[in-house]
Order: sequence, then C-alpha cells, then structure tokens
Amino acid sequence: MSPTPVHDAVVRAPGIDPGHHSPASVEAVALHIRDLHAWYGDSHVLHGVNLTIKSGETICLLGRNGAGRTTTLRAVMGLTSARTGSISVFGKEVIGLPRHHVARLGVGYCPEERGIFASLTTQENFLLPPDVPARFEGLSIDEIHELFPNLKERARSPGTRLSGGEQQMLAVARIFRTGARLLLLDEISEGLAPVIVQALGRAIKELKKRGFSVLLAEQNFRFSANLADRFYVMERGKIVLEIDRSELSDKQAELKELLGV
Amino acid sequence: MTEIFGVPVSLLLGQLLLGLLNGTTYAMLSLGLAVIFGLMDEVNFAHGAFFMMGAMFAWMGGQYFHLSFWWMLLLAPLLVGLVGLLVERLMLRRLRGMDPIYGLLLTFGLALLIEGLFRTFFGVSGSPYNPPELLSGVLNLGFMYLPLYYVFAMVASVVVCFGTWLLIERTKLGSYLRAGTENPSLVQAFGINFPLLVMLTFAFGSALAGLAGVLSAPIVQVSPLMGSNLIIVVFAIVVIGGMGSVMGAIVSGLALGVIEALAKVVYAPISSTVVFILMAVVLTVRPAGLFGKEK
Repeated sequence: MSPTPVHDAVVRAPGIDPGHHSPASVEAVALHIRDLHAWYGDSHVLHGVNLTIKSGETICLLGRNGAGRTTTLRAVMGLTSARTGSISVFGKEVIGLPRHHVARLGVGYCPEERGIFASLTTQENFLLPPDVPARFEGLSIDEIHELFPNLKERARSPGTRLSGGEQQMLAVARIFRTGARLLLLDEISEGLAPVIVQALGRAIKELKKRGFSVLLAEQNFRFSANLADRFYVMERGKIVLEIDRSELSDKQAELKELLGV
Repeated sequence: MTEIFGVPVSLLLGQLLLGLLNGTTYAMLSLGLAVIFGLMDEVNFAHGAFFMMGAMFAWMGGQYFHLSFWWMLLLAPLLVGLVGLLVERLMLRRLRGMDPIYGLLLTFGLALLIEGLFRTFFGVSGSPYNPPELLSGVLNLGFMYLPLYYVFAMVASVVVCFGTWLLIERTKLGSYLRAGTENPSLVQAFGINFPLLVMLTFAFGSALAGLAGVLSAPIVQVSPLMGSNLIIVVFAIVVIGGMGSVMGAIVSGLALGVIEALAKVVYAPISSTVVFILMAVVLTVRPAGLFGKEK
C-alpha cells in the first residue's frame, strides 16, 4: 500500500493536461477523473479511478456494496480525508480547491444518507443550497413542486418528519433548483416505493432533456437501466468495466457476474 | 405586611426582580457560548474575558475619550466582536479538526492573558461606571425602589436574546447556522463558505459577551476580575440548558437568575452553590441538558 498523503495532491496522469482544454472541450466535458486515489484516514479506498462524463450525459456507476461508488462521489465533493490524481469539473481542477468552491462550479450533490437537516423545515432544507454563480437553466421552484407535490404540502414541517420517500425527494429537489448542471446522485432509488422511484425517474429524464449531466451511483440496476447513456462498474476501488447503452444486451452476463445478481 | 413562608412578600418580589436582572446577563452570556459551541464544538473559555472587556471598554471610552454610554453601548460590542474575529481567524482556525481540548486550552490561556493585561494596567480594585443621565432615575414600585437603568438593562437584554433567537430560527443566515451545527461538511459541499460562517459566528458570540459587559457596567463594579467571577456560573447554566441549545441557554439563564435570587431569600448561604447543585441533578437525570438532544 502506498503511503497516505496528508493533503490533497494533484498528480496528473501522463499525457493529460486538464489546464489546456480549448473552450469547446471545456464545455463538452462535465467531469473528468484521472487516476483518482482517495483515503478515509488510513484506509485507502479508491485505487486509481478513471471516469469521464460528457456534457449532457447521464452516467451510472454500478458496483457491489463497498466497491467505492459513494467514495468516488464524496471524493469529487472533497469529503474524503485525502485525494490524489486529477478531478476536473467543467475544465477546472478541483483537487486542492476549498470544499465550498466545488459546488460553485456547478455541481449539485445528493448524499447517500440524504443529509436532511432536522433543525430546518422542509422549505428551509429546500432553499438551503445557494444558487450557483453562473446559473444554468435549472428547474424552477414551481416545476419542482409539480414533480413532487408533497414537498409543497409539507413545507412547514421539520425536514426529518417527512417519510423516507419524501426526504429523498427533498434531497434531490434542493439541488435541482440551484442552477447546478452536474448532479451527483448517490443511491437515490434505494428503499423507496415504486411510485416515488418513478417520480424520480421522470425528474431525471426532464433534466436530461435540458442538458444536465448526471452521475448516478446505484446498486439498483433496474432504476438506472432506462436512464443512463453509459455504465461504469466498480470493484475494489477501481473501474473494471465500461458499457455503452447499446452494448447492454451483449454484456448482460458479464454485468450480472460483476454485480453478483 | 403579608408573608409567604415567613418571608415578606416585598422582599420576595424585590429579590425576584434582581434575580431576573442577573438572569438576563446570564442568558446573554450563555447564549453566546451556546451558539459558538453549537457550530464549532468549541468551549470558549475566553468568554468571561470578553464580557469583562466589554465593560472595561465602556469605562475606558468614558474615562479617556469622554464617549457617552450610548456610544459605548454600540462601540464596545463591536470592538469585542473584532477581537473575537481575530482570535478565530488567527488562532482557533488552525486548531480545527483537532481534539477540542486544544481550543479549550487556547481560549483558557487567552482568558488569563487578557485578564492579566487589564490587571497590570488597571489593578483589581474596580471602578464605578455611572448609568447615563437619561436612566439615572428610580422607579417606586411600592415594595421597592428600582433604578430605571435596571429596567433598561433587563429589557435590552431580553430584546437582544429574542432578536438573536429570531435571527437563528427564522432567517436564511440562521438556517445556514443550524445546518452547519448539524452537518458542517455537507453544508460546505453545498457551496456555503463554512469557514467564514464560523468566523462570523465566533465574532457574534464574542460581541454578545461584550454587550452583556457594557450593560452590566453601571450595575456592578467594573474590574478586570468581573468576567472570571461570573463565567463559571455561566458554564454551569449552559450545561443545564443543554450544550449548544439556543432556547435552552436563554431560558435556563433567566430561570437560574431567579432561582439563585430566591435561594438568597430562603437560605442565603446556598445561593452561590444552588446553580451547581442543579447542574449535578440535571446531569444525572438528563445528561444532554434540559433542552439538549442526545448525540
């Protein structure tokens, strides 16, 4: 095992220089991760992840529990204790940036544990994440309320009084409105009633139409099967398989083997 | 004269009012501590020194610059807030992520340092600070004569406490603060400048202590020791209310001022210990404090 770096360090893979993208390619790539290693304290969780999301693409990160999906998302947001490698968001390197600068580049993050604040009302939770400076045409508050009517009805109740499904809606709804154009959604279909999963699916399709880039980390292949353009499969902190939507039926067996279903 | 349990009602009512007055000082001090603790998990041992600085600044402003009470009511908390801001930015911030014991030691050292500095220059004997002319009258309540200034200090403290509560519970900035208290890293991942929020919160809590100091200046003797005499009681109050609970700090501050005063009437020797007895009882029954949530 390599020694744990104390601080974030940018180590660029040979031949890749995210600093010299032409403006067109900056717009074309939402997220570009190269040789990403990440740690929680002493435990080395990611072992060289490579992943690219083109602008407007929806990507699904699959893998068994503990494969490193959640950690990949957390590493992008600066929520691991150390990172090396390169993560560029719309052409800007984020390793080494203060944590609150990542969201301002246009990234919305929905954590696996949902992160609804108990001391805030539903409405306060909804309005908490600040708008992204260079706003992308996101969903308006009215549109979000149309997608998830429960959030409007329960605006005044404390966030944690909501049902699990409503909390999940709230956790995604609050990043739909900020103008972020890259959404990192961790396990949003987990443990929810089919009706709610369908509502979330409709919301993501709507965002796709508007040119959002989406990274879904999912254990539930069925939820993402209809939504994603490409699939990455992770195992032991690495990407082990990349599948295009068109190859899905050919690689069915390989996928099942890796996911253990 | 009517009596309750052998105590004249007039004496009881008088003590009750004085207790409320003390209670408002406690409430403002414990409120500042609670807000800081909630967001930073940091016990600010310099809080008493900030309180003392508020009173000393008010006195110095009058003594050396002939600035009125009203000017100092505004300037002293701002100055103390600025000191708090620098303490956070230059020192406490470097300790973030480390065991809170380091911050505790740092602020404890700072408290000793600040107090020592003021003692060197001003001694320990204390100086009187007169209330402003406008408030120098006395109200005749029938059962006691109540200085007008006491009424002002009480009302001002209650207004500030309630205003702070509104700020935290009802505004957007307050929602950042509450969310940051629950989950700082997620709040920062949303793009909120958490380090700035912490710095401003620490400055605000310090300014509250400074304001409590100015308001107390015309009531007690202004002296470099006035903070350390008071702060231990205030720590006990914060523990009783529940570490980090805003409402808990306000309510238990007021309540304990009154309880302390009533204890003085019933059995005087116990009045200085009653807060600590209550703290022990509360910790036994509800370890997180009356308004605190179990973590």
